Amino acid sequence: MSINTQPVTINLGPQHPSTHGVFRLRVTFDGEQVIDVEPVFGYLHRGTEKLAEERNYVQIVTLTDRLDYVAAMTNNLAYVRAVESLAGISVPDRGMYLRVISAELQRIASHLIATGFLLDELGAFHTPLIYCFRERERILELFEMLCGARITVSYMRPGGVFQDAPIDFWPRLDDFLSSMPGYLDELEGLITENEVVLARTRDMGILSAQDAIDASITGPVLRATGVQWDLRKAEPHEVYDRLDFDVPIGSVGDTYDRYYVRVQEMRQSLRIVQQCVEQIEPGPVRSETPYFIRPDAVDTYVGTESPKGELGFYIVSDGGISPYRMHIRAPSFINLTTLRDLLVGWKMADLIVIFGSIDIVVGEVDR
Amino acid sequence: MSIPITGEHAASKINQNVPGSVVNFSATDVWVKVDKLIDIFSCLKNDSELDMQFLNSITAVDYIEYFELVYHLRSLRQNTTLIVKTKCFGREDITIPSISGVWRGAELQEREIWDLMGINFSGHPNMKRILLWEGFPGHPLRKDFIR
Repeated sequence: MSINTQPVTINLGPQHPSTHGVFRLRVTFDGEQVIDVEPVFGYLHRGTEKLAEERNYVQIVTLTDRLDYVAAMTNNLAYVRAVESLAGISVPDRGMYLRVISAELQRIASHLIATGFLLDELGAFHTPLIYCFRERERILELFEMLCGARITVSYMRPGGVFQDAPIDFWPRLDDFLSSMPGYLDELEGLITENEVVLARTRDMGILSAQDAIDASITGPVLRATGVQWDLRKAEPHEVYDRLDFDVPIGSVGDTYDRYYVRVQEMRQSLRIVQQCVEQIEPGPVRSETPYFIRPDAVDTYVGTESPKGELGFYIVSDGGISPYRMHIRAPSFINLTTLRDLLVGWKMADLIVIFGSIDIVVGEVDR
Repeated sequence: MSIPITGEHAASKINQNVPGSVVNFSATDVWVKVDKLIDIFSCLKNDSELDMQFLNSITAVDYIEYFELVYHLRSLRQNTTLIVKTKCFGREDITIPSISGVWRGAELQEREIWDLMGINFSGHPNMKRILLWEGFPGHPLRKDFIR
């Protein structure tokens, strides 16, 4: 006996706890099955690129905090690197080490959120999420010691960082570094071999390496497909060439691989921070840079590996104190190119999990 | 470290495959004719030597007399980068060929350029506004946009 069904179109979001912000999906279902998905963007569009045209190069740092608002340090880093390349500013060693330490701590914080929400979306409401947030909180406390802010840090400046770390920062960081691996083991013990997690994530939402490259996808989503591409290795900036770390990759490109790549990346980030703590030496943290930076009339593009993928800034200067044009290559935005292909054919509950595993932040999608 | 491909090398390669399509080149960039974009990018993508299989980003800049489209390409296997630029003149009803058939990664970015800069892409599967709503007056990233 066959049952006639009718396709039903429903809105998921923009106000929905599992869309990672104000993101809206217009989904067409046939029964439980997804037959069409259309992402609707723009609910958090603030016109960052236009705002930047009216601000000077130092003021724009605060705008970048609000792109990927769970990873402000890496946004700062990506932006100031572009300005430094544009204006030919050098950075002292200690400044670079402090940047790498804060960027890698931020990567751990961002991946903790991605992992915590993955479990939340699998139906393990709130408890595992709070475990992840507990550790993230310790990272935010470290940021507070560095610059006084937890989320919108604005810690970096063209030419270095805003100030040196206080003396009591280092014991707190050591404390964090010694306890975090044990915590990750604990988290992995809950998830990595968990039968429910495996059943709900293995072989789901598979993205092939060819499709990922064709659709300009970067970050853990690309690495989960088995492509070993990380800008920290391909274009070693700051002091990454002095540090020893691996680039973890997945094999199938499914939801599980995307989760597992992130967990392994957290371990690598801890290795990086540990080496930085050993190598860092006293010295200035910022080179002498004027408040009003006037680069020559040139353009530059610099890409940086953020927790979500390649965050690139394309800045055109006309010789003035603010950019003539600033374009942001947002990884969260471009990683959504293949969203429809990943979701079609799966059930409603799986849609949430696959979408969550891409790990977008709407501040960066809509800019 | 990524090696940028010189404009001169890219220009000679493009001229070999698509004759007469290069307008100008500098040390880092190559400027091409706007009407041959699809042929040029298919050649850059499939060429075994340049091997630009990854489209990094597309953006547009409003220079008032003309709009400049900037394409950042990358080869993941050889770790090289290339910048291709093209100019389009005029301010009303600008239409240029979409390269979303060459790289799917262009789809959302071209919609964003249409939305914020007002450059239409012919042959795009879903050419409509993306960040702002349908009916929004004007294109805000243009230099003559008045709030």
